[in-house]
Amino acid sequence: MQVNRRQFFKLCAGGMAGSTIAALGFMPEKALADVRNYKLLRATETRNTCPYCSVGCGILMYSLGDGAKNAKSEIFHIEGDPDHPVNRGALCPKGAGLVDFIHSPNRLKHPEVREAGSNEWKRISWEEAFERIARHMKADRDANFVEKNADGVTVNRWLTTGFLAASASSNEAGWLTHKFTRSLGMLAVDNQARV
Amino acid sequence: MTNHWVDIKNANLIVVMGGNAAEAHPVGFRWAIEAKTRNKAKLIVIDPRFTRTASVADFYAPIRTGTDITLLSGVIRYLLETGKYNKEYTLAYTNAALLVNPDFAFEDGLFSGYNAEKRSYDKSTWSYQLDEQGFAKRDDTLADPRCVINLLKAHVARYTPEMVETICGTPKAAFQKICEYIAETGAADKTTSFLYALGWTQHSIGAQNIRTMAMIQLLLGNMGMAGGGVNALRGHSNIQGLTDIGLLSTSLPGYLTMPSEKEPTLEAYLSKYTAKPLADGQMNYWQNYPKFFVSLMKAMWGDKATADNGWGYDLLPKWDKGYDVLQYFEMMHAGKVNGYFCQGFNPVASFPNKNKVVASLSRLKYLVIMDPLATETSTFWKNHGEQNDVSTADIKTEVFRLPTTCFAEEDGAIVNSGRWLQWHWKGADAPGEALTDPEILAGIFLKLKAMYAKEGGKFPDAIQSLSWSYLDPHEPKPEELSKELNGRALADLPDPKNPGQFLAKKGEQLPGFAALQDDGSTASGCWIFAGSWTQAGNQMARRDNSDPSGLGNTPGWSWAWPANRRILYNRASCRPDGTPWDKARTLIKWNGEKWVGIDVPDFKADEPPGSPMGPFIMQTEGLGRLFALDKMAEGPFPEHYEPFETPLGTNPLHPKVISNPAARLFKTDKEQLGGHEAFPYAATTYRLTEHFHYWTKHARLNAIMQPEQFVEIGEELAAEKGIVHGDTVKVSSKRGYIKAKAVVTKRIKALNVNGKKVHHVGIPIHWGFEGVAKKGFIANTLTPFVGDANTQTPEFKSFLVNVEKA
Repeated sequence: MQVNRRQFFKLCAGGMAGSTIAALGFMPEKALADVRNYKLLRATETRNTCPYCSVGCGILMYSLGDGAKNAKSEIFHIEGDPDHPVNRGALCPKGAGLVDFIHSPNRLKHPEVREAGSNEWKRISWEEAFERIARHMKADRDANFVEKNADGVTVNRWLTTGFLAASASSNEAGWLTHKFTRSLGMLAVDNQARV
Repeated sequence: MTNHWVDIKNANLIVVMGGNAAEAHPVGFRWAIEAKTRNKAKLIVIDPRFTRTASVADFYAPIRTGTDITLLSGVIRYLLETGKYNKEYTLAYTNAALLVNPDFAFEDGLFSGYNAEKRSYDKSTWSYQLDEQGFAKRDDTLADPRCVINLLKAHVARYTPEMVETICGTPKAAFQKICEYIAETGAADKTTSFLYALGWTQHSIGAQNIRTMAMIQLLLGNMGMAGGGVNALRGHSNIQGLTDIGLLSTSLPGYLTMPSEKEPTLEAYLSKYTAKPLADGQMNYWQNYPKFFVSLMKAMWGDKATADNGWGYDLLPKWDKGYDVLQYFEMMHAGKVNGYFCQGFNPVASFPNKNKVVASLSRLKYLVIMDPLATETSTFWKNHGEQNDVSTADIKTEVFRLPTTCFAEEDGAIVNSGRWLQWHWKGADAPGEALTDPEILAGIFLKLKAMYAKEGGKFPDAIQSLSWSYLDPHEPKPEELSKELNGRALADLPDPKNPGQFLAKKGEQLPGFAALQDDGSTASGCWIFAGSWTQAGNQMARRDNSDPSGLGNTPGWSWAWPANRRILYNRASCRPDGTPWDKARTLIKWNGEKWVGIDVPDFKADEPPGSPMGPFIMQTEGLGRLFALDKMAEGPFPEHYEPFETPLGTNPLHPKVISNPAARLFKTDKEQLGGHEAFPYAATTYRLTEHFHYWTKHARLNAIMQPEQFVEIGEELAAEKGIVHGDTVKVSSKRGYIKAKAVVTKRIKALNVNGKKVHHVGIPIHWGFEGVAKKGFIANTLTPFVGDANTQTPEFKSFLVNVEKA
């Protein structure tokens, strides 16, 4: 039954009969649409910055799941932040695919190791990963650390292990990377700015 | 960027060269369009390809890849010969009038002091003439032939329109038009904004490409102006921030230099880097170097940094040479490296000569990958047929692959090209067991620390001394790390100007870098970030987007380094007497007591107009440098050198010095350079609108938009080679080959250069053997392993290939 807004009021003005029609569900389509909950309204909106180029477009990430014990949040939609002074709500074709980046089938999920000569990955625990990596580092550092150069100057450097830092990780991760590498004596430290 | 994205709208002319903003930075490029539509600005594009940026330009001119210095030097010549530049600005704010050392010379492609064996310069003659006080001499009449501007005139005299056409292949008439467009903005109330990116940096002469443009901006009086500036459109979302934090071989946070073994003591180090003024009455801001350095040491080592131990000077490593990635992969290739970490970085795809990179990684004992995605670097040991033909069983490298969170799954700040530190918030948990980078670093570090405590070992001092006062040592929080970067007072800091008042009380976050001390009473991880997280809270999370001046300046949105200043050198937006060059874009003004305005003044706040203090406060003479002194590796003036793989086989200016004489080239890489006989075509790599580097091939939507690898060749070359649109072609360099579909296009035309026809081949970079897009070859299989003489950024944008039907 197609009923527009004006006809609906006419029906209602008919008294009991009209009300009954309404109660039976013959509501106008528009009114029905109004009570249906728009998906984004139930979503949690989180502000973030596009991680691709250096324009730094503001983005709004929409997730469902309220974060309760068994209601894990998942981001299902990303759009440009209209308040942002640079992008004013726009995103480019790169940024338009951000939600597929987050949910890429190629996201890594567990620590793994590829043993020497092997053709496969083996899943390991974080504990094993940290232990084995630290063991490698200590063995290499203890064997090759240079405390003084040929002229007897204190140089305290470790040149046989290097660290390539990121291009999109946060300043905070970058600062801890700096502390980590320099305290170990590393000089082969670079980031994406080099290339 | 000295300016910022929104400010582009204030320009009268936008020159896009060495970049392709419409495709690589599409949303930022909207501000160039805004300038066109609202400010009647003109947009000109100079590029080997007719790009999408060119398609909306008012004027486009082609140029051979790797010849930008020639064209820009031709522009400088035009400006100086016609006098169409801002003479008042140039005299007052640049070193045009300063006198250069009488022994400085340039002859046959080489500056004075060259050592051919070392491929480097003794730069002692690249200096000013000094008076008794040690200040640079100047001649404001500009009559002295040793004035910088007179030497510059002589230097660029060779870059005639004919020479530009000969070297660049840019037709003379088009070059003339470019000169006219640019010269119009030499008027005091007009500005040019140059937008450039990796198309300028990724050359063996990359830094000088940018310098030549910066010199034009100085002559035009565009530095410090709204709508002007030197605007690097950086390639990734936070390489600005990670560079600010000093994650480069010989850097420390805030553009301090890592000590070398030539500075064995703190005193030697500080005396080398604490700048001494080269002119009277200058701000010479680097005189504060000790405050920045000592505060960094306090942030690194906490209580373990004391006056008695030189603030922990010996805890820092000292370098003998730079270990940039080209140098380090050369060492790795020679078997001198055992371990390597790749944090969110994919060198197999991102570094030149992919086969050398894979061979190098194969010689490691251990490789640690920290990444949200399965990168080619993490699976370099897998055989992918022609795309990665390795013998897996022979590769003994142990590879650990650690899953990290991505941007959406963590809090933190990243720095955009306009130097804005923008805070972001976590929206969901990461998949599986992924951890944040700080959690992973903490996990490894705390293991190591415990091992050294229990077992001893080499120099545990720095490891045990590192400040690690996080609430949960295994999970340093972004808030804690960010506050450390800003810095705090370790004692009450009395305000010298207001007795009884304090700049900060003990334990408080610092209000800005002006509060930093060199006596150990302040700690700050990165002095230029001081002010980002103050007692008033997280300034990077601010979201007031109001623009009271209408100039696009939104000081309440996020926080910009330094000091929330949005346009650097903004004192230069006013004449020496304090009146603005253009009233319509007044950034700051003198109110009788101090400088105030819509931006944070980049000057001593109470220094009145008319004083001798120059606006370039980080420089020892306070001036913009048309003559770079000893700051560049290959010369104080820019000079055209051919790419290491040149289609000409010569340099028309000086055939004996063909390529950058100061660039470092390893022996094995030299042998892998190809000649123009076997590899006749000039090649260049680039990005597409639909993809971001090697990341978006993992994202379905982007993979759908551009699924398959291709290369672009012009119609004339295609006809010569019998290639039709859609054919599979093999593109090879001396270092390897790729196969891809041919896109035959009108957008790339042959150029007439030095009497011969030069074709370009365009190579988008986005494919590889991992991802959800169609598998492809790593484009950097083709590129040469040689870098810029100053930055060691590889020459990805100019090399030689051959093309055949596959």
